[in-house]
Amino acid sequence: MAFKAENINETIAWQDLTEGLQIHQAATSKGFETGEWRTNTPVFLQEKCKQCLLCVPYCPDSCILVRDGKRAEFDLKHCKGCGICVAACPFGAIVMKEGE
Amino acid sequence: MVQSKKERMSGNEAVAHAIKQINPDVMPAFPITPSTEIPQFVSNMIANGEIDTEFIPVESEHSSMSAAIGAEAAGARTLTATSSCGLAFMWEVLYVAASNRLPIMMEVVNRALSGPININAEHSDSMGARDSGWLQIYAENNQEVYDNTIQAYRIAEHADVKLPIMICQDGFITSHAVENIELLPTNAVKDFVGTYEPEHYLLKEDETMAIGPYAISPYCMEAKRAQAQGMINAKKVILQVAEEFEKLSGRKYGFYEGYELDDADFVLVAIGSVCGTIKDAIDELRSKGKKVGLLKVRVFRPFPGEEFAKALKTAKAIAIMDRCEGYNANGGPLGAELTTALYKEKAQAEVVNIIYGLSGRDVKTEDICRVYEKLEKLSQGTDEFGPYPYLGLRSNESADRI
Amino acid sequence: MRVLTEIRWHGRGGQGAKTAALLLADVAFNLGKYVQGFPEYGPERMGAPITAYDRISDKPIRVHSNIYEPDFVVVVDETLLHTVDVTRGLKKEGAILINTQKTKEEILPLLHGYEGEVRIINARKVCMETLGKYFPNTPMLAAIVKVSGIMEEEVFLREMETSLKHKFAKKPEVLEGNMKALKLALQEVQ
Repeated sequence: MAFKAENINETIAWQDLTEGLQIHQAATSKGFETGEWRTNTPVFLQEKCKQCLLCVPYCPDSCILVRDGKRAEFDLKHCKGCGICVAACPFGAIVMKEGE
Repeated sequence: MVQSKKERMSGNEAVAHAIKQINPDVMPAFPITPSTEIPQFVSNMIANGEIDTEFIPVESEHSSMSAAIGAEAAGARTLTATSSCGLAFMWEVLYVAASNRLPIMMEVVNRALSGPININAEHSDSMGARDSGWLQIYAENNQEVYDNTIQAYRIAEHADVKLPIMICQDGFITSHAVENIELLPTNAVKDFVGTYEPEHYLLKEDETMAIGPYAISPYCMEAKRAQAQGMINAKKVILQVAEEFEKLSGRKYGFYEGYELDDADFVLVAIGSVCGTIKDAIDELRSKGKKVGLLKVRVFRPFPGEEFAKALKTAKAIAIMDRCEGYNANGGPLGAELTTALYKEKAQAEVVNIIYGLSGRDVKTEDICRVYEKLEKLSQGTDEFGPYPYLGLRSNESADRI
Repeated sequence: MRVLTEIRWHGRGGQGAKTAALLLADVAFNLGKYVQGFPEYGPERMGAPITAYDRISDKPIRVHSNIYEPDFVVVVDETLLHTVDVTRGLKKEGAILINTQKTKEEILPLLHGYEGEVRIINARKVCMETLGKYFPNTPMLAAIVKVSGIMEEEVFLREMETSLKHKFAKKPEVLEGNMKALKLALQEVQ
């Protein structure tokens, strides 16, 4: 029987777990909204952006979206506000603001 | 029952022959004495087109076990072989194999760990890995290691078990000794072992899966308890598989073998090749009217402590033989675990834990007779042992040698 | 005839003493015996003294210790007589077989007063006359069969021919030389 991420919560008994905690499903991290952890938030300054896309691979949470080969908005549902993208951007096109 | 073919071969050849008959999917391995011959023989079989196992040459044992984990998780029936420091080098990943419930088979040709550096038989390598979550089955001779290899996947892959398994034999003493053996027909082995059809695996079409996740504290304890159940269930499965194997081969296996055990007052408990030597000593002493016997441990993981203790309940004195120093100032691993089991069973016997055969130190029938003699004196209160004596040790203190 | 015959081989790494011990176990197995053939392993390499053992029995063999009181000892390299106590534990009802170019009289003083039978063979001579190369294990195998009497010579030769034919299926000339060596060795044992 396939076991999905939604079957797990902190009340589950050991007998109801899969062997080795296998989950028979892909991309389960999508359902885990780490954006809720964020205390500082990146802000995208579109006018300074040269579309080098360097920030994209640097983001540890794949929260910088690309659409039609162009930098799109942040995925703030999952962005933890680490600020790595700010350091990665050579053009100062991302800045951090306090709060969510 | 099928007709077995009489042959003669070494323990390593016997294992290689069983592997040939099973034809597993993947074998990553790194050579180390005295298990080197196993991947060597298997490579030859592959080169000769006798089997289509995928052999992966790797740069270390850490890599061979890692590759085995990857292959098994992908859905391939996998095996490897190692000894001594090779097994020690796998240490970290042994736990990954077990906790991810990957039924890999590993042929362990038991050899001493350093130091002093030595290549000969000792159980310190697999005993060191006794709590890594792997099943462990030990053999007295080439026949048993062959038979255990054939039974291995049936136990490990069973839906109630799903754990990796070590099939152990004594380095050189059985791995390199040519002895008589009875081989099963290949088709009978194939039918017995069957094909590997895991329910979930990484290369399964139409199903994605995640394996080996990080688990936070609220889940880890439950995950470990679930893993432990596989080991608990293995007891039943090991006996079921042994029963089926007996129907096929006529050779009977269980958790242990009792030799002249039922009415024995003085009993040795031991693992591996020394048990043959003990049986010869028993015949000699029985002919002189001594009520001596042997409990040969076949299955060490899971540890059938209750079954062992029940079989030993009427003994007056028991010597638990460890081919491994525990370095705990208290004895060896078999001594520790069996003594606990005897206590739970409220056994009344005098118990002594003896260290023997370290680093290939030879054990003769005379040595064994001496142990039985001491056991008899111990039960009469006319002799005593030191905390945990060594057999055949040169020592200035009489209490620490036999 | 003994129920159990125990043989200890002394040789040097690379001379084939282990192979000879295993071959003897092979032949005995083919005659329906229970066998055990095993080397004593250490970190030895080519030229180092090595020991190998054979147990040949009518009953299943269970003991897994080395052999301390052999019925027969085979010395594949006579230079070992100076450094290894080859007759240690050897039963006086048994015999020692030595590969040497010397005479028995020259050899005896090196045997620590061994009281049993002493047999010698010039395996080098046998090899050079039949194989053209020095592979002492082939003649030593035939010689110990003769000395120990564990099987009839004709049966031994027949068994060896079958197994060598199988082994050297693609090199029939090797078979011929080896068979000649075995036969000559049976005659040359003194």
